[in-house]
Amino acid sequence: MLKRPTLAALAAIAIFQVSPSQAQQATEIRLTYSQGQFQPSQVSAPADKPIAFRIKNLDTKAMEFESSSLRVEKVVAAGTEGIVNVRALKPGRYEFYDDFNDKARGALTVQ
Amino acid sequence: MLAALIIVFREVFEAGLIIGIVLAVTGSVPHRNRWIGGGVLAGALAACLVAAFTGALSQLFAGMGQELFNAVILGIAVTMLTWHNVWMAHHGREMAGEMRAVGQAVAEGSKSLLALAVVVGVAVLREGSEVALFLYGVAASDGGSGLSFAIGGFIGLVLGAGVCLLTYFGLMRIPPRALFATTTTLITLLAAGMAAQAVAFLERANWLNSLDTVVWDSGWLVSETSLAGRTLHTLIGYTDQPTEMQLLVYAAVVLATFMLMRLTGPQPANRAVATG
Repeated sequence: MLKRPTLAALAAIAIFQVSPSQAQQATEIRLTYSQGQFQPSQVSAPADKPIAFRIKNLDTKAMEFESSSLRVEKVVAAGTEGIVNVRALKPGRYEFYDDFNDKARGALTVQ
Repeated sequence: MLAALIIVFREVFEAGLIIGIVLAVTGSVPHRNRWIGGGVLAGALAACLVAAFTGALSQLFAGMGQELFNAVILGIAVTMLTWHNVWMAHHGREMAGEMRAVGQAVAEGSKSLLALAVVVGVAVLREGSEVALFLYGVAASDGGSGLSFAIGGFIGLVLGAGVCLLTYFGLMRIPPRALFATTTTLITLLAAGMAAQAVAFLERANWLNSLDTVVWDSGWLVSETSLAGRTLHTLIGYTDQPTEMQLLVYAAVVLATFMLMRLTGPQPANRAVATG
């Protein structure tokens, strides 16, 4: 039995959905993760434009790309690539890390 | 060991809170342990499956498989919680009252239990898959620190169970008369919070782009990553930077629950229901 919230959510998606291609062009940032480190660990991007991280995990175990300031959290399985979308940001420094390994850290500078 | 303890506890914490609430909600229903235990078990099995196929899941929908999967299972949980509330508004009287009818009530009670078992399963699944991935990674990498990690993970799990029991016994201290209103409110806010979380996942997947302006930033007051923030996040869906769409959906779920309970509930002045 469909409940009203579900219907409302579906309707909202149907009415408001903007397909990814129509969305504002995102700045792409490529990272690799190997031996428990981000490469590169310092990245930058322009302000007021959405950002898409592409994280390639070359290690043999899963990692979780996480950042509280970027509001993201995503598991990237061993040997795969994960895409993480981030909304347009104000200038500043945003730290990210591997939630499964607190030694792996990096930062995004938005200017 | 501490790292494993913290990671496992942080994941189990949310599931512990939810299971505690569900246990309190179903306090008077017969066979509830069987159903909830089943939900936990099914959730744990599903978590292992999801963990095993995370790579494949991620590749779906142009790399947004995880986000959409999370949004869908949260949607299921929201539906189940709402359905439970509406069902309770309709049948709650005879269930909560002393004169619990046996035959019909038990049969119907198990319908509502199934909904809540699904909710428990979803909670365990969401948190458990990360624990499984993390522990698997540790087990696969080095044997030396394996034991201390296992101990850390186990303590984390026990602490999570402690959260569940604390929530349960805390709620059970509430007098039965007020308990129904309390749990109805809790379940409604839980559902609204999960719906807002589902919106966040759809936004991350770029499936939902409208009204995605952040309305406020209360991170300076209660950070979402702090213990208080995490508790509020689970219980009422607190997020320190909600978007317009999240707030809208949150309000819509609360309103819809209220209206549906009004529509299906017994007509005479029903104050316990109205507080929801």
